[in-house]
Amino acid sequence: MADAVLSVSFAGPLVSIQDGGRTGHMRYGVSASGPMDRLSFDAANAALGNPQGHAGIEVSLGGVILKCESGPVSLAIAGGAFLVDYNGISCGSWTIITLRKGDRLTIRAGASGSWAYIAMSGGLQVDPWLNSKATHTISGFGGGALRAGQKLVLHDAVVREDREGEIAKPNLHATSALSVVMGPQDARFTNAAVRQFTNATFKVTDAYDRMGMRLSGPGLALHSALSIPSEPIVRGSVQVSGDGVPTILLADHQTTGGYPKIATVVSVELDRLVQMRSGEMLRFRSVTAEDAIAQTRQYAAQKSAYLSKVAIPRGTFAQRLMRENLVHGFLPD
Amino acid sequence: MQARFTSVADHALLVTFADEIGDDAHAAVLSLDCALAEDPPHGMIEMVPALVNILIDFDPLQTDHGKIQAEVKMRLENLTPMPATGATRCVQICYDGPDLDVVAQATGLPPDAVINAHLAGDYQALMYGFAPGYAYLAGVPDAIQVPRKPSAVRDVPAGSVIIAGPQCLVTTLKMPTGWSILGRSPTPILTGDQDRPFLFSVGDRIVFERITPDQCDRAQDGAGHG
Repeated sequence: MADAVLSVSFAGPLVSIQDGGRTGHMRYGVSASGPMDRLSFDAANAALGNPQGHAGIEVSLGGVILKCESGPVSLAIAGGAFLVDYNGISCGSWTIITLRKGDRLTIRAGASGSWAYIAMSGGLQVDPWLNSKATHTISGFGGGALRAGQKLVLHDAVVREDREGEIAKPNLHATSALSVVMGPQDARFTNAAVRQFTNATFKVTDAYDRMGMRLSGPGLALHSALSIPSEPIVRGSVQVSGDGVPTILLADHQTTGGYPKIATVVSVELDRLVQMRSGEMLRFRSVTAEDAIAQTRQYAAQKSAYLSKVAIPRGTFAQRLMRENLVHGFLPD
Repeated sequence: MQARFTSVADHALLVTFADEIGDDAHAAVLSLDCALAEDPPHGMIEMVPALVNILIDFDPLQTDHGKIQAEVKMRLENLTPMPATGATRCVQICYDGPDLDVVAQATGLPPDAVINAHLAGDYQALMYGFAPGYAYLAGVPDAIQVPRKPSAVRDVPAGSVIIAGPQCLVTTLKMPTGWSILGRSPTPILTGDQDRPFLFSVGDRIVFERITPDQCDRAQDGAGHG
């Protein structure tokens, strides 16, 4: 095993290094960060045979171009419907490829999705912050945002030929509306605002980054323009500013704040929420805390089964050929 | 103190002691925080203490709101009110901030009196928020309390000591702020120490120690801070 080196020829804004994230520091103002879409990130690592949470790259709609300075190294790309080009081959995200010296990999926005992930068969050599390489974008702490000219060193890079090819996409059960648990401050809003929150359709605006996603829709009126004592915020909190506009707080959220929160999105809904783009429409559905937990447990079981499935190597080309031959009983020319 | 419980999504419980900011509510937050740290309920991930409430984040695959609430209630029954004594931390400050004169004018005090009042404050770390290491310190004396500016100033450097209303804060990042900048501090809030990465624990007392601009420059150069 040797080190592989990838150089960054181009990186759009918000392309950053992420791992499983850093929990346990919210009391110090540090949100967990980590991948926006944890399902796709986990799928990329599982399909490549990596341990969960292994550091990789989160690619935004801005895209990324990497060049292999020394290799080889296998990479898994998963998340959304991005466009992948390497060595003159074009394919979609959800694929495992191997880069060799001189190869270029381009990932750019495709038909849908806001985030794609590159899992790597090697250890990304960046200094961790609070035991995590995840980038906290406001501070830049952690692995950091990718910059053109930067070299990424992958320690003990390997080729995983038996895993090359397509990754099966997840197909987890979901209703169209996003489940939320109302509150903690839903009582601060007018009855009409609470009704509208679960009845109306909201549009994702372009004020969308790793900190949060601002929506547009009917104004959500408060009983009075009361500010609340600053209190804890979680990933998924739907806070409403004075003008009645809701913002869903995401991976790099502030840990406390004084805007009232009308509801909180159930954690397992966030993977699909974050893949939405500016202009897309969404609706909320109020569920009880008990139902939210039941939903999360069901999702976790489905996710775990899916990850186990994509973690099984397909076999090398030779092995696959052999298998096909035995099944179909003929030999190729 | 009476507690109110609110379920937050599928993975957290908010325990609220009051609607308005007050010493009793914050003391209750600190006591419960301490009790939970000493004897963590099964499935708890972390606690986020704030001004009047504390959030308990948990793993929904291991526990649920009801179980965590029962665990909290049990601890609240046996709670000994926290003696309001965290550790005392010293923060060095050089009073050469751009807003020192503005605060002096607004409060009708000479700049030296503003400095002395600020040094005399009895500060306590109430909670963190906004960004990593942003600790809200209560205790700015009445005489020098000023409101937030109508609009934020951009690119205020890390290590700025800023005040608004009763609160003081030592910044850790270059950020916009609408608070008044009294000076700068070479004392790292993000310590770089693996065992204690943040200088303050919530509840700690803070004492400011005045240094000269030269001392501050030297300390900042030495620490590579800011």
